[in-house]
Amino acid sequence: MNRTLATAIVNGLLLALAALSLFPLVWMLSVSFMQPGAASHFPPPLLPADPTLHNYRELFVRAGMGRYFANSLLISIGVTLVSVLLNTMAGYAFAKLQFAGREKMFRSLLAVMVIPGQVAMMPLFLLLKQMGLVNTYAGAMVPGLAGVFGIFLVRQYARSIPDELLDAARIDGASEWRIYWQVVLPVLKPILVTLAIFSFLGAWNDFMWPLIVLSDQSLQTLPVALASLSREHVQDNELMMAGSVVTVLPVLLLFLSLQRYYMQGLLVGSVKG
Amino acid sequence: MSTRTAGWLFAGPALLVIALFFGLPVLAALALSLTDFDIYALADIRNLRFVGIDNYLALLQNPLFWKALGNTFYFVLVGVPLSIAASLGAALLLHAKVAKFRPFFRTALFAPVVTTVVAVAVIWRYLFHTKYGMVNWGLSSLGIEPVDWLGDPHWAMPTIILFAVWKNFGYNMIIFLAGLQAIPEDLYEAARIDGASGWKQFRHVTLPMLGPVLLLVGILTMAGYFQLFAEPYVMTQGGPLQSTVSVLYLMYEEGFKWWNLGNASAVAFLLFAIMTAFTSGLLWLARKRGVE
Repeated sequence: MNRTLATAIVNGLLLALAALSLFPLVWMLSVSFMQPGAASHFPPPLLPADPTLHNYRELFVRAGMGRYFANSLLISIGVTLVSVLLNTMAGYAFAKLQFAGREKMFRSLLAVMVIPGQVAMMPLFLLLKQMGLVNTYAGAMVPGLAGVFGIFLVRQYARSIPDELLDAARIDGASEWRIYWQVVLPVLKPILVTLAIFSFLGAWNDFMWPLIVLSDQSLQTLPVALASLSREHVQDNELMMAGSVVTVLPVLLLFLSLQRYYMQGLLVGSVKG
Repeated sequence: MSTRTAGWLFAGPALLVIALFFGLPVLAALALSLTDFDIYALADIRNLRFVGIDNYLALLQNPLFWKALGNTFYFVLVGVPLSIAASLGAALLLHAKVAKFRPFFRTALFAPVVTTVVAVAVIWRYLFHTKYGMVNWGLSSLGIEPVDWLGDPHWAMPTIILFAVWKNFGYNMIIFLAGLQAIPEDLYEAARIDGASGWKQFRHVTLPMLGPVLLLVGILTMAGYFQLFAEPYVMTQGGPLQSTVSVLYLMYEEGFKWWNLGNASAVAFLLFAIMTAFTSGLLWLARKRGVE
């Protein structure tokens, strides 16, 4: 009896928490299919009485959502490709290649991690202005191109690569570059996926930096565009929910399909740190 | 090519990017915070003057800075403990032997973490709408008068805190879950033999064993919460009556709305100093209590 009661309480609470977590997202989806104005009623409707794609059409035809979507996608993919390459190279070097000042360099990198990114934003903006990168995709990508967290993640993982494997390749006359591509990267595959998800989600969800560096409307990313849309269309709840769906759905699907890798990275990154 | 050169060549590109786009700007920010860099200097660098610590002194006399600091403290001091309690509670539930459908629940509770802050803040603004919001409708069925959640200076910050807890608790939940799974079962066994109740087991086995994880989670969460920005930007624009202006919101407006980049850099450094002080405080507290 006691055990039955415990089972009921624990699972009941879990169910309530899951409902609280998911309700806003499910409702967003529901409202996004409502007729304009239908959601501005009291009590608010749970399901669309007369489902429509009007809001999505409005977003993509009138509000230029397609453009923002493409901007977000381009910037996120660019950041992901470059940062995965740079971080794996560096992480591998810190784990497996002996070079002068390695440990010292790694320690100072870890120390840098405590500085909040916003401290750098004002000078970074001026620097990019000098380089002509303000209002460019490259400018939006810059802060995500390499990161201490990513390097750390790869280093933790790469340390398990046996030295014998690398030395054998060296004796066979393989160049360091070839060893990296043909021996190291295949071993690092799981962590590559993890790193890629983290980079992609980070770039896709980032708000403050794109807001600062992309004032040109045609270059804006989804979060920036959504924030300014939401200031203009305060009353258009259905439209705004459709905009939120377009912004959130890609990352949610990405997470759901690659969840295992994401969780793994989260734990390597924090618990073992 | 020796491995020594290879090491530098492989680490080089990432280090260069970090040095050029982060290290250098951080140092430059320190210099910038000692100048009166403003829109005139942006147009012509010859208008730039060195002002020493004047920016910092002016900030300390600026009521809006204190207001922003107070709001940020409010957000951190209420939001972080609430967040961690929610994460720990959820992790304990998921870890319970009687819990069913664990993978489903884990994913469901984690889902808000990966969503875009701006997009979900837009949803919450609608959920907490005074007239049409689901929350006020729920309250009205309990006989509670509608609350102007985001329009009332007393309620705006609590609403943002609730939002942040909802959005973030899943992250620490996963970390706690891993911590709970690492506690050896025989410790509980021994406690049960000694007749310890569920609460006593939690108090004397679970919590001490989670000590280091709690400390880590506390530090990371606090650092994150000090960086409050997108939530007030989308949900309240700092209002009402500046009750949700955070330190970073102030920095953004100073720097990129009014182009007082010198001043904004000083704000950023003050925030960094405060964050460092809080982190050190937490570490000191942990050491005093014997957590390592």
